[in-house]
Amino acid sequence: MDDFRDRHTAEGAAGGTADGRLAELFAFLRRRITGEYEVDEFGYDPELNERVLLEALRPLYRHWFRTEALGLGNVPADSGALIVANHSGTLPVDALMLQVAMHDELGRPLRLLGAHLVYQLPVLGHLARKSGHTLACPEDADRLLRKGEVVGVFPEGFKGIGKPFSERYRLQRFGRGGFVASAIRAGVPIVPCAIVGAEEIYPKIGDLPSLARLLGLPYLPITPLFPWLGPLGLLPLPSKWLIEFGEPIRTDEYAPEEADDPMLVFDLTDHVREIMQGQLDALRLRRGPAFPPMVM
Amino acid sequence: MNTHTPGEASMTRTVLVTGVSGHVGARVAIALAADPEIDRVIGVDTAPPPSPAGEDGAVLGRTEFVRVALRSPDLVKVIRDADVDTVVHLSLVSGPGGGRAGDTGGRPAMKEHNVIGTMQLLAACQRSATVRRVVVRSTTAVYGSSPHAPAVFTEDTMPVEVSHHGYARDATEVETYVRGFARRRPDVTTTTLRFANLMGPGVDSPLTRYFSQPVLPTVLGFDPRLQFVHEDDAVEVLCRTARADHAGVFNVSGDGVLLLSQCARRTGRPVVPMPSPAFRLVSGVARGARLVDFSPEQLSLMSHGRAVDTTRLAAELGWRPKYSTAAAFDDFLRSRGGPGELPRAVVDWLADLLTGR
Repeated sequence: MDDFRDRHTAEGAAGGTADGRLAELFAFLRRRITGEYEVDEFGYDPELNERVLLEALRPLYRHWFRTEALGLGNVPADSGALIVANHSGTLPVDALMLQVAMHDELGRPLRLLGAHLVYQLPVLGHLARKSGHTLACPEDADRLLRKGEVVGVFPEGFKGIGKPFSERYRLQRFGRGGFVASAIRAGVPIVPCAIVGAEEIYPKIGDLPSLARLLGLPYLPITPLFPWLGPLGLLPLPSKWLIEFGEPIRTDEYAPEEADDPMLVFDLTDHVREIMQGQLDALRLRRGPAFPPMVM
Repeated sequence: MNTHTPGEASMTRTVLVTGVSGHVGARVAIALAADPEIDRVIGVDTAPPPSPAGEDGAVLGRTEFVRVALRSPDLVKVIRDADVDTVVHLSLVSGPGGGRAGDTGGRPAMKEHNVIGTMQLLAACQRSATVRRVVVRSTTAVYGSSPHAPAVFTEDTMPVEVSHHGYARDATEVETYVRGFARRRPDVTTTTLRFANLMGPGVDSPLTRYFSQPVLPTVLGFDPRLQFVHEDDAVEVLCRTARADHAGVFNVSGDGVLLLSQCARRTGRPVVPMPSPAFRLVSGVARGARLVDFSPEQLSLMSHGRAVDTTRLAAELGWRPKYSTAAAFDDFLRSRGGPGELPRAVVDWLADLLTGR
């Protein structure tokens, strides 16, 4: 990854002129067309991620949601860490924005652990792998953390992202605490992360459970714009976003075997959850209205 | 090359290699026969090795070829009479009529050969007083390919869904018998090697035939991770495990992965993405026409891919494969006349035109 960044900045420096930039673009195209680039064992393609996938998300991050990232010093600069974030917004736009924040503000790729559903679906599954993410399972989490990567999880899962608008900013139940066990096994810090803003992008005011079941989806939302406006209803509302990385919670004082102690894992999971709820409430106050100058 | 440790008690003298008419089997037999510490190499297979000289065994160097089916009682005699101490079992066939002589007979014959053949061979080994070491070739296909599986399989990963088809199922059953054998004869060193897809100039497999087509059909919306092991490295691993004791189950693959899209780009051939039902249909037709033999587990490999961890092998042998996955694939492409140059040429031409060079 460092290697890649160096090359990229070197290319950037050489590409000051229009001609240089064009030559650099063709060098990129040539690498892509001849397959001469590297992906890691999870399928992460750093070049495609940086130059194409993130590039498509940056306008949304910067201009549409006017995202501010806070507490950047709480994420380790070059060692493994587990980012634990709240999940909301009906569609996982928060995951994408967290990825942009990690990459652009901290210069580190974010390796998210995603739901099974993502990897069953065509296109989505391999795009998720190419942008560095993998399936939420202990094997993959342990492997990434051992390699010193920053791994991200949304322990609320579908319960969090699919909750009705009326329950916004209220953390749902965390899964089985598998993420805590992984952090203990790897001895990496848990960094609680609060994301404010995603709750308002697609306010879910209703649900179509039977149709969702028919389509094999966890839920099918009704929002003020969807399905009434058709595809236009997929446009996220331009809420103001804040992403805050909290104080890291150390796990290296436990022995790796203690990951098998369910009581410890439950307690630590609850502890992380409490911290995150507090962080979320404070950050929501700090942001103020979701749609300034409107008051909501 | 010599991996003997000073403390090792048993000395390899007579090696039996099954599946010696296959490409890898023949190469392993030749390499072992060239080792002065090995007195005899006996190669067995159902068909004689393809020999340009016309005489059985001529192409295999010092190897003595015995034409015998694994499930025939003659095999027991061969093992007993020759005082075989090391058995290298390579004769797993990956598809019915998979391009090798004598393998026609469809799926039942393939299963009989793979599973019943292995049972008979292990039964003979269990009876033998001389056999000290058994090396069995298996495949990483035993892990399956699934969107619900971890991204990287270690030897201890349990497959999420057990394969119900062909080669992978045979390999799973073969491994079960090998485990049973190891339990009953703990004095015999048993090595199971799970190979990733073989790649190299001499390899003829469903996957190498796939990449040799003029157009590459792919499953729309999926881009699987693939891993290859170069034939030279596969032969090296088999020889090392045949010469010295390395008990256990090991994944064998070149480092790194290639995405199918990356492989296709390296071939320079056009890709035709099609929805998975259409892909199944097309590969069924191609299978019927004996163009490309794609079995159901290969179809799932083409959707979900597979990668394995090889640290256990590297630690055990103190050795790493010479070819990475990408290097093995490039070597295969070079042997098939190199990649198509058209896309590369178009980019270069455009670049020259627009940057005014």
